Amino acid sequence: MSLINDTFKRGSAGASSSRHGLASGESRDAIGYAIAGLQKLAQNELIDRLGLRKQTEQLVFTATRNGFKTATVAGRQFGKVQRKSGPGKRPATANRSGLFDLTPTEDEQMLVDVVTDYATEVLRPAAAEANETCVAPAEVLAASLEIGLPILGVPEELGGITEERSAMAGTLVAEALGQGDMGLALAALSPGTVATALGLWGTASQQETYLPAFTGDDVPVAALALTEPTVLFDVLNPTTTATRSGDGYVLDGVKSSVVRGADSELFIIGAMLDGSPTLFLVESGAEGLSVEADPSMGVRAASLAKLVLSGVQVPAEAVLGETDGSTYTECVRLSRLAWCALAVGTGQAVLDYVTKYVNEREAFGEPISHRQAVAFMVSNIAIELQSMRLVTYKAASRAAAGKDFSREVALARQLCGSKGMQIGLDGVQLLGGHGFVKEHPVERWYRDLRAVGILEGSVLV
Amino acid sequence: MINLETPKKHRVLVDQAHQVAMNMLRPISRKYDQAEHEYPKELDMLAAMIDGLSDSGSNEGAGATGVRRDESADDGSVKNGANLASVLSIAEMCWGDTGLLLSMPRQGLGNSAIASVANDEQLKRFEGTWAAMAITEPSTGSDSASITTTARLDGDEYVLNGEKIFVTSGDRADSVVVWATLDKALGRAAIKSFVVKKGNPGMKVERLEHKLGIRASDTAVITFTDCRVPASDLLGSPEVDVKQGFAGAMATFDNTRPLVAAMAVGCARASLDLTRDLLAQAGIVVDYDRPAQVQSAAAAKFLQMEADWEAAHLLTMQAAWMADNRKPNSLEASMAKAKAGRVGSDITLSCVELAGSVGYSEAELLEKWSRDSKILDIFEGTQQIQLLIIARRILGLTSAELR
Repeated sequence: MSLINDTFKRGSAGASSSRHGLASGESRDAIGYAIAGLQKLAQNELIDRLGLRKQTEQLVFTATRNGFKTATVAGRQFGKVQRKSGPGKRPATANRSGLFDLTPTEDEQMLVDVVTDYATEVLRPAAAEANETCVAPAEVLAASLEIGLPILGVPEELGGITEERSAMAGTLVAEALGQGDMGLALAALSPGTVATALGLWGTASQQETYLPAFTGDDVPVAALALTEPTVLFDVLNPTTTATRSGDGYVLDGVKSSVVRGADSELFIIGAMLDGSPTLFLVESGAEGLSVEADPSMGVRAASLAKLVLSGVQVPAEAVLGETDGSTYTECVRLSRLAWCALAVGTGQAVLDYVTKYVNEREAFGEPISHRQAVAFMVSNIAIELQSMRLVTYKAASRAAAGKDFSREVALARQLCGSKGMQIGLDGVQLLGGHGFVKEHPVERWYRDLRAVGILEGSVLV
Repeated sequence: MINLETPKKHRVLVDQAHQVAMNMLRPISRKYDQAEHEYPKELDMLAAMIDGLSDSGSNEGAGATGVRRDESADDGSVKNGANLASVLSIAEMCWGDTGLLLSMPRQGLGNSAIASVANDEQLKRFEGTWAAMAITEPSTGSDSASITTTARLDGDEYVLNGEKIFVTSGDRADSVVVWATLDKALGRAAIKSFVVKKGNPGMKVERLEHKLGIRASDTAVITFTDCRVPASDLLGSPEVDVKQGFAGAMATFDNTRPLVAAMAVGCARASLDLTRDLLAQAGIVVDYDRPAQVQSAAAAKFLQMEADWEAAHLLTMQAAWMADNRKPNSLEASMAKAKAGRVGSDITLSCVELAGSVGYSEAELLEKWSRDSKILDIFEGTQQIQLLIIARRILGLTSAELR
């Protein structure tokens, strides 16, 4: 009986209520202790009885004013000094002012303007046909080389164009491309993705081996292959394996949704090595590598392919980055970031398209936009699109600053997957039957947006 | 340069607000939820502390009056000012307790209204007052342009007549900012706001409401019967500018909506923080790198809630940042309010669901937060009103076209 009583006491008025809903991680700092003391003082009946409340409050005012002044100065943070180390050249992380700011830098804005023109004038007009043929037209890809897409994420000293870590610029570029067409954007970004990865994680010799091709005139087709044809696929736990063999490794497994897989000359492939997911550089000529087309629901212009690896031998220096899973995980996060940016761009395309459509389409004697049932769908697209954009930008700016962005990119992916799909769905719905036919691009965007949150790899920023 | 972190210069303020919320508000949170209409005397001490903070300059101008638009010359540089400081500190305080934040002396929504539309002379004269906000009437809620409370000029005084409901801090505040029409025939342009001081014989608090949540905050019904106020207490310009229309009085909302969004963000985070902890104790750890569909349903739900929360938080910061940098933010303020309002409800209610009867019981605060959050999707413009404003802006439609 007493045991029951004790338990009941603890359950009702015990541990939980005395913590006032605080999570176990919460702790008081010096100011917190002072405030807690103040709180006791404020509840004290004695100061009322003695008529001291007003004086006490005056005292608190003065003490607080002075006390918090000190706290402000003591709380100042100074920038950390960066030290160079490690093999291979690495892009520097961006310099920060510490201000909340949504304005791109002048360089970023210039880049976005160029890429937006390319997306509007080259990608969008080519999108419908590329979707049918499952091929990105040669002139579209040639133009992508002209505007420097492959070397966007490569440091200056390696022949690229970035002075510092380019995750933010890359995100803005992918967003602008996504506004043109997601499938073509993937096709155009694929070589640059591999070049960026080499810049981020390559050894000096890997960079010297491969990067000159990407920074030259004859840019190779290349692909980052992480996805596998597995139900409930967990990218951090690939079934493709790497087994040590002599000085090198043997790779076995199947990769799916590989962008321009049939044309690629160089792959970065994810495989499990000694229990840790690891990236491997595999050239297309390797023995045991075969490719078959893998056309899917959407992003068809990206010429998706299935890549079968059976007993593919690669040398020891094929490993890209660390073998403890850290490089692989960072790669997955940066890739998800790029997918989010593509989703934001495509979502913007939907919003712009339906805005015009619902204002022009008439029913019951007036534009359908005059009805709340229609207008509110547009509002929700706008709200969720800006939600996706801001959370994606936060992840990107943290990545660019060299901060941990695992939480932010996970949240961005969660939003861009679910809300992005909702935007695609509502885009078709707002056009009714017209949205269902290929006369309008919304059905393509619907199919493309389903890729977000499902496909891994392919692009990174 | 794009950066969405809490600015370095505001981090100390946020930490301080968090400590105040944790050590001052949380310990009395349940007490005043149960003792509805009892004056939380602890708040006077806190208000003194906040005034001290304000005087030291370390609060970055945060608070209800932090929403005044700076008219000084623009040097083109990016600013993180009082609007951002206000939403960040209000979110922290509501992480502590939303009802108590709303009861904070001298931090009423009326103070924000004064800061938004008062001229410099009035701003000085009303400094230090605690002002409640009275807009809603028994038959006029969202349709605030059709209020029936009248203001008639008689000599150098206005005479107010009408009934206002849902006046937050209506009983406790020193003054009430009242919306009234100078001439109903002239429509929304004739609606002006007046500061009515407590003790004015024409103003009477009729009763206090019993509510679902934010019970620490008093919500009053106030009647005005031949209530005379000096003509100089009409906020802003007395002229009825039909072209400018409603803009004057409505400008308040561009400033106060991000504040209410911040309240929802803070309240929801209280639920998220505790639920994450309770789930961890139950063996559920959220993995950010693994796909949600390979984790438990509880972890997947948590990821969805946290993503929505982050979006609401950033939309709120965006709206405040735009105000700090003198960019028109009506669209963004409504987006923040709409997203934060609905996300606040989803998160607080879902956290109760995840925690089961632990969440439903008064032994924890989860059930309280899920009651407190509901009002935040209603006052200062309901979810539906925000969607209407957003749609009109995006689609370029007038209020006659999209009703």
